Amino acid sequence: MQSINPAVLIASLYVFALAAFLGYQVISRVPPLLHTPLMSATNAISGISLIGSLVIAGMNKVDFHALASGGTAAKPSVATLLGFVAVTTATINVVGGFGITDRMLKMFQQRKNVKGGSK
Amino acid sequence: MEQVGVNYFLEFTYLIASVLFILGLKGLSHPESARRGMFMAEAGMAAAVFGTLFHHDIHVYEWIILGLVAGSIIGALMAIWVPMTAMPQRTALSHAFGAIAAALVGIAEYTLHGGATMPGFTRGALGFEVMLGALTTTGSLIAAGKLQGVVRGTPVQFKGQQVLNLVLFGSMVGCFIYTIIHPEASLFFYAMAGLGFLFGVMLVIPIGSADMPVVMSLLNSYAGLAAAATGFVLGNNVLIIAGTLDGFSGLILSILMCKAMNRSITNVLFGGFGAVHHEAGPGATGEMREISLDDAAVRLAYASKVVFVPGYGLATAQAQHAVRDLASALEERGVTVKYGIHPVAGRMPGHMNVLLAEANVPYGDLYEMEQINPEFPTTDVAVVVGANDVVNPDARDNPDSPIAGMPILEVDKAKSVIVLKRGQGRGFSGLENPLFFKPVTSMLYGDAKSSLAQLAQEVKNV
Repeated sequence: MQSINPAVLIASLYVFALAAFLGYQVISRVPPLLHTPLMSATNAISGISLIGSLVIAGMNKVDFHALASGGTAAKPSVATLLGFVAVTTATINVVGGFGITDRMLKMFQQRKNVKGGSK
Repeated sequence: MEQVGVNYFLEFTYLIASVLFILGLKGLSHPESARRGMFMAEAGMAAAVFGTLFHHDIHVYEWIILGLVAGSIIGALMAIWVPMTAMPQRTALSHAFGAIAAALVGIAEYTLHGGATMPGFTRGALGFEVMLGALTTTGSLIAAGKLQGVVRGTPVQFKGQQVLNLVLFGSMVGCFIYTIIHPEASLFFYAMAGLGFLFGVMLVIPIGSADMPVVMSLLNSYAGLAAAATGFVLGNNVLIIAGTLDGFSGLILSILMCKAMNRSITNVLFGGFGAVHHEAGPGATGEMREISLDDAAVRLAYASKVVFVPGYGLATAQAQHAVRDLASALEERGVTVKYGIHPVAGRMPGHMNVLLAEANVPYGDLYEMEQINPEFPTTDVAVVVGANDVVNPDARDNPDSPIAGMPILEVDKAKSVIVLKRGQGRGFSGLENPLFFKPVTSMLYGDAKSSLAQLAQEVKNV
């Protein structure tokens, strides 16, 4: 069993804690008016898991761990297939999520004919 | 040597993406800056994806291109064709897509490397990712089915359900812990994933449609946290950051939604609201006064201030444009028109705002509950369109009511109230609403869309 480099682990936890703090600060300022776009936007952004699926879908079929343990070539190809499905669903989220967020945000407009300060 | 350069390039695109994501969400603090913010986030995403294509582990591009093209086409079609009234279903579906991507990446990582070669911490993060991903996938699919009407919207409950759920959850966590202690036990890993998928279904079927805003927010949070866990597994910071932002956004929204219903998250998840309470107290009695279209139109036309209170019925009747037409007709006569939006009106956070914005209602006219409540005593007519629980005075007056303590839009304090309702039946929660029996209230029965259209016509003719 390998052990993880503690420096890397600690750095990851720092990133997590700071992102949580920042996320709380940024997202509490979003008005209820925009809560639906917020949900679809964060959804699109978390479609960044696409980059994880890309690597798995594009991995070389020769897997060194499987080779070393005398494994078959079938194992990596299952992973490739899972990676492919993940690439597809994550891309749907990214493209669909950003697309629909923009479509919604386009609709939010201020009163055009200025009759008194409407705020 | 060259590889080191590529790695730096890769990490740099991730850093850019992280910064742009945060700036993008910051843009959402105001409608004016929101679109610009989203362009930044899109640029960040493009940078990260482009950078990843140079990852040293990628050797075959066929599957990648196929997935990217297929996903883009489906995503673009969804973005263009999904109507605004179906936004809750679409969002639930996208939680499912995000979650299944995380779950599949986790399972793929496991099949590639096996548990035994991973450090304990990575195995934990991987298990967490797969578990959350699996339960969010099926949970979101059920939620989407309920919202679309494919799955029965009423809570599905049976004897021993909570015990069964507890056993399922316990076995799932048990498998999770077992795989951490015994890395080579792959059977338990797959059992954990399967239990996760099953638990997601069981978690959402007992929840009623009226509680969907909370469920949607929670699933949003889970999907984000699953992505963050993926980041820990892969040691990828941009994944951790984006997933955490998503997770916390969902968490904040869940808390806001629960506050707006005066309930706890556990109560929503295990309460099965809308099915258990048979008769809460004596229930309101009396006579409902019906009003004719003509009378309603006259009353509206000669008012000086009118407040519209939309609810989920507005979405089901697709009546957002009809409301806007009536409002325009009234404004032309010099009537002040405002809209009072309850945080849990509709089926997801902000649902009503999006619908009204689609009908070209300026966002300056949309008021939050705290802003509009002090205005009701000076309001001549409050028009309730397809809303029920959010205007139920029992929440304020009757401590025995199942929704006691839930903050409401106090339309009953207006000088008069017109309630647009399809029939005399109860709302989604099945609760009797004493508002309908109050002397200030008049009922206008019929389909909201056609009633509103006729009202607009009548108002023009007054």
